[in-house]
Amino acid sequence: MLPVVQVFRLFKSYGKKSVLKDVSFSLFKGDILGIIGPNGAGKTTLLYILLGIIEPTSGEVKYFGKPLKKERSKILKRVGFASNYVSLPYSLTVEENLKVFAHLYEVKDYRKRIDEVLQTFKLADKKKALCRALSTGEMMRLNLARAFLHEPDVLLLDEPTAGLDPEYMREVAEFLKKQAEERGLSIILTSHQLSELEKIANKLLLIKGGRILAFGGLEELFKLYGVDNLEELYFKAFSNASLGNSDG
Amino acid sequence: MVSFRRILAILLRHLYLLKHSVSRWIDLLYWPTIDLLLWGFVSLYIQQREGSGIVYHFLGALILWNILIRAQQGLAVGFLEDVWARNLLHLFASPLTLLDYVLGLLFFSILKAAVASLLMGCLGVLIFDFNFFAQGLALFNLTFALLLFAWSVGLITIALVLYFGQEAEIFAWALALLFLPFSAVFYPVSVLPPLFQEIAKFVPTSYVFEGMRMVFQAKDVPLLFLFKAYLLILVYLILSVFIFSYSFKLSKVQGKLTKVGE
Repeated sequence: MLPVVQVFRLFKSYGKKSVLKDVSFSLFKGDILGIIGPNGAGKTTLLYILLGIIEPTSGEVKYFGKPLKKERSKILKRVGFASNYVSLPYSLTVEENLKVFAHLYEVKDYRKRIDEVLQTFKLADKKKALCRALSTGEMMRLNLARAFLHEPDVLLLDEPTAGLDPEYMREVAEFLKKQAEERGLSIILTSHQLSELEKIANKLLLIKGGRILAFGGLEELFKLYGVDNLEELYFKAFSNASLGNSDG
Repeated sequence: MVSFRRILAILLRHLYLLKHSVSRWIDLLYWPTIDLLLWGFVSLYIQQREGSGIVYHFLGALILWNILIRAQQGLAVGFLEDVWARNLLHLFASPLTLLDYVLGLLFFSILKAAVASLLMGCLGVLIFDFNFFAQGLALFNLTFALLLFAWSVGLITIALVLYFGQEAEIFAWALALLFLPFSAVFYPVSVLPPLFQEIAKFVPTSYVFEGMRMVFQAKDVPLLFLFKAYLLILVYLILSVFIFSYSFKLSKVQGKLTKVGE
């Protein structure tokens, strides 16, 4: 089976500062990959390279067997992205924001699709509300609704559940898992919500100082580190990571 | 490949913003109105004293200069709106191409220039008995040249913001004004000091406004004159496209595209 996402020997540096060092991994249909690491490990840089927003110093990213650099537009039509750190224009209504993105992704029958995602993410009553009136949690749900608008095959999420209350956090996690199981959606996500991540991810990538510490199945890594939950694994793997350790 | 729907998306994004923003409507309608009234009455006063046809020259120049400013800002401020909204990441994480994005902003800038010039044109007829639009094809040629020049200045502004960060946003308002003294908007090139006249030879807008005065004096604009204006604009456009593309590419290499607006 051809991997959905292939990352070959990625390096990224800004002058002498090295942010990613020899990062390679593959992701298959229906996989949910959690990327974990301390602040400044290079997680977000990696996501941005996967989206083509940052150019790697060397290495290559392929989706569906095709190079991102050469077929960016075609590929990104099948890729969704949401981040807790990137907002949508506050001066537009929820519906207007979704309409803009429906056109960007050339979504067919977009009015119906907008209603569907608003229903899914429990924002139907906010359709005409200006985004500046949304709470942090609602904004994140809108971001997720936007990311699902074009029914992507691959979804990249940066801290998707940050700002959500526990009830919504669980619902979103369950929704993502269901999408991966039923629709074969492949997901790459960074998160500090380790307990939620443990419930949905089937693969993990541990990154520190821009270098991969470990990559593999959840159970496989639990065995490797001799732990039985993700929190323990995190502390065992990154026990040397101090607050000042941020070269990425 | 260019996509009509993606261009429409960018256009819609800015139209929706305009729809909800009183301050942006004021910027679009209030300033051109005040400009026209102020300069219109000043030139009427001068005309009463001097007895020349200066009022038409002033009003025509003012409308054309406003077209340039609106078109340039439509592009540059349109980009800044996405910087301020921290929306660039979402846009460029989508299938949107750089060409789609720029074309979307260009259409928006045409709309802004059209609204401002239509408003000023109508006020000119109603208050000063001056019909800007009656000048026909000759004026259209000059207006189109101005639009192209405005876009080249707009592209350079975006490139500066991408390279230097948000600190450079002042150029969205200041850069076009740099050309104002050499453009001979309200006076002929001949009144400029010799050094400024030499500089004006390399500023395409000086040909446009000299041409405008010829049109208002019912003279034909010489073809060579128009040719020089368009040739210079072509050089500015090629340079600005190159600088803009390079700056965008560099912002991806240096990771600045993810940081601009933070």
